[in-house]
Amino acid sequence: MSLLEVENLSLSIDETPILKSVELSVAPGEVIGLVGESGSGKSMTALTVMRLLPHLSRTSGRVTFDGIDILAATEDQMCALRGDDIGMVFQEPMTALNPVKTIGEQVAEGIRWHTRAGRAEAEERARRILDRVGLPEAKFPLSRYPHELSGGQRQRVVIAIACALKPKLLIADEPTTALDVVLQAQVLDLLRDLVAENHMGLLLISHDLAVVTEMADRITILRHGQVMEAGDTARVLSEQVHPYTRQLTQASMHVPERRPNAAAHHASSTGADKQGALLQVEKLTRLYPGRRLSLLRRGEPTRAVDDVSFSMMPGQSVALVGRSGCGKSTLARMVLALDKPSSGSIHFRGEDLTGKSEADLKPARRNMQVVFQDPYGSFDPRQKVERLVAEPLHVLDKVPTRRERREMVAHALHEVGLAEPDMDKYPHEFSGGQRQRLSIARAIITRPKLVVADEPVSALDVSIRAQILDLFAELNGKLGVAYLFITHDLTVARAITDEVMVMHEGRIVERGKTGEVLDHPQSEAAQALVAAAPDLHRAIARRMQEQG
Amino acid sequence: MIAYLAKRLGIATVTLVLASLVVFAVLEIVPGDPARLMLGMNASEAQVEQLRDQMGLNAPLIERYLHWVSGLLSLDFGRSYTYSVPVIDLVLERVVVSLPLALIALALSTAIAIPVGLYSASRRGAAGDAVAMGAAQLGVAVPNFWFALMLVYLFAVWLRWVPAGGFPGWSAGVWPALKSLLLPAIALALPQAAILARVTRSALIEVLNEDYIRTARAKGMPYRAVLWRHALRNALIPVVTIMGLQFAFLLAGTIIIENVFYLPGLGRLVFQAITQRDLIVVESVVMLLVATVIAVNLLVDFTYAIVDPRLRGRS
Repeated sequence: MSLLEVENLSLSIDETPILKSVELSVAPGEVIGLVGESGSGKSMTALTVMRLLPHLSRTSGRVTFDGIDILAATEDQMCALRGDDIGMVFQEPMTALNPVKTIGEQVAEGIRWHTRAGRAEAEERARRILDRVGLPEAKFPLSRYPHELSGGQRQRVVIAIACALKPKLLIADEPTTALDVVLQAQVLDLLRDLVAENHMGLLLISHDLAVVTEMADRITILRHGQVMEAGDTARVLSEQVHPYTRQLTQASMHVPERRPNAAAHHASSTGADKQGALLQVEKLTRLYPGRRLSLLRRGEPTRAVDDVSFSMMPGQSVALVGRSGCGKSTLARMVLALDKPSSGSIHFRGEDLTGKSEADLKPARRNMQVVFQDPYGSFDPRQKVERLVAEPLHVLDKVPTRRERREMVAHALHEVGLAEPDMDKYPHEFSGGQRQRLSIARAIITRPKLVVADEPVSALDVSIRAQILDLFAELNGKLGVAYLFITHDLTVARAITDEVMVMHEGRIVERGKTGEVLDHPQSEAAQALVAAAPDLHRAIARRMQEQG
Repeated sequence: MIAYLAKRLGIATVTLVLASLVVFAVLEIVPGDPARLMLGMNASEAQVEQLRDQMGLNAPLIERYLHWVSGLLSLDFGRSYTYSVPVIDLVLERVVVSLPLALIALALSTAIAIPVGLYSASRRGAAGDAVAMGAAQLGVAVPNFWFALMLVYLFAVWLRWVPAGGFPGWSAGVWPALKSLLLPAIALALPQAAILARVTRSALIEVLNEDYIRTARAKGMPYRAVLWRHALRNALIPVVTIMGLQFAFLLAGTIIIENVFYLPGLGRLVFQAITQRDLIVVESVVMLLVATVIAVNLLVDFTYAIVDPRLRGRS
């Protein structure tokens, strides 16, 4: 007997078809994975079940929850279901909580609303569920505000809100996408335990095949609002009957082919031959002033980057991995001379970058560029591609003429697989993957020797991600450009880098050949990362065993 | 929290000092010799010079500034040139009219704007929203003295509910006094309410798109409850900011409105003082208004800290 039954569900928003004949069912105690790339209609399916769709939405078909016809239910009936029988967890924990209310108020609110319990009783129950999701009273009293918690802790609060009344169905829409792998593993464990404890049904929505494989009994693959394939996780992913399933699995495990790079080859991980190093960082430290304790007194400063030394050879591709908040991005900003170190030195091509004026940094800037994570936020929407990609050209000694500029932009676009006519378009005319190609074109237009890439593929769908990784690999071979890849995703590190540095609490705790470190991590921090990282191969193998 | 408030207080003090310099400097530059004005056109040069000495107008600039500021601090605003009474007496006499007027107008405009903003935001794009925002557009465009005239015509001339102008004084009783402040307060409040309603609406609409609104809805709370409990408080910050800024316009508005309604308030006092070159009164009243505006904005900053826990820091 199914708890949730979605039959022949179609949805259109403002006349645009979003879902076409979607079929789905969730039984009590069962975990269903709903997988698809962005725009496939995963979230809209969830919002249909919650009846929280945007205006101008039209639905047809049948959605039954626990015998109730959801699409025909009144708003009052839906209010009674939401938060009581159906709980929902969202993707972005940083914005999912009301910033002006305490976590206690926010958890207790739903309890009071549904059970008509008094304030004291609701707070008592809120306390219990917060304890259950791993936020004990000693450190997390009810009076905490969301901004005092980290992303992982906030997601626990959101889960507490959703599970406070022991719902029959929990819908989790990309619950761990914004978290680092260690937190992701913890949150997934928590969800698994809650499902088992309360015999809940769980509809887990994710773009990450590995996560879904680890969690779900059955899997439904969605594309362009249509179900491509559905069935037992092990069978669907091992047999890969449907071509799209095969494409998705292959893209998830994709490792780009890399031309061995001569310069990178003789690079040593010990940093013994420092001669000819492209980048040399020594005893680098960045302190952030401590929190103000009173008008005149400050607390201990935070050591965001703590006594870090490493070197990179020309053409070498190095991954900098670590959990969120470990200091990766601060380190990268200092390498790019966007932030000043508190102490230590950075030599780039033999030249000391620390303490230089912006004008003196120009030659160095020409040789180092950056690619950011978010392909949507990193472009001014009101400028054309030609100007956006040509942006770094102002660091050249000789400012190129208009014609030269167009030629250089055309060339850069060509190198990243875009066409010349694209330079007269605006950013919104490109897809996420194409925009990331634009960021890469912008980064390589000055022929830099070093590109720092801060999570460059984590906002992309798996198939696009595979293409972008290929592009990075190709440019590494062709242009001999060195990469410093900042990522929390070990698959990416494995796919594209020669060496990996593991960062933990401001320090580099391990460095070595990528394969060696990821297969045989020595330090505790590296072991934790490797153990937590979802791995599709491993997950499928485990599912096969379980499901026969 | 304390650091935040201390910083705000410091900024307010600096602003006040700068404002006093500007006010003093402007009135130094303005043409017109108060001594000559007091003595009339027929006075001799020697007489004028003597009076200037007597009034301290011949002292060096810095000395006069410091004298003026220390006077302000000890509530000794000097003597009016034209009325020949201490300025403080003049001001106190008028404040009891202007302050209640401004406060009633502020309260009225808030009482109109917030519900209208809530209504419009929750029915975005519907007919009710269009009507409310059309009215607000009109309210922003039409000057307050025109409202004043219309109100006088409707309620005083035609319906005869309230007096058309003048102020009986608080000694005549609270109700008659309030009654004569009612129309001017409404005239002042309407344009303010119109602006505030639009700000409230757009702030709410922005907040309603936030993720935490969806979280609240997923808890099973009806739309209306979410609007009141979650959206409104988050939308208050821009609303309170505009309220603080609008307060200055409200005070400026009283100058016109007090003239229209013939109210013996600060606005009319400053207006008369300017035409009579009674510089000492102008300086004092302007400084008083500036101080009020700064105090109100300080209050706004404190309100931020109450509304938004992120500004308070860890408690």
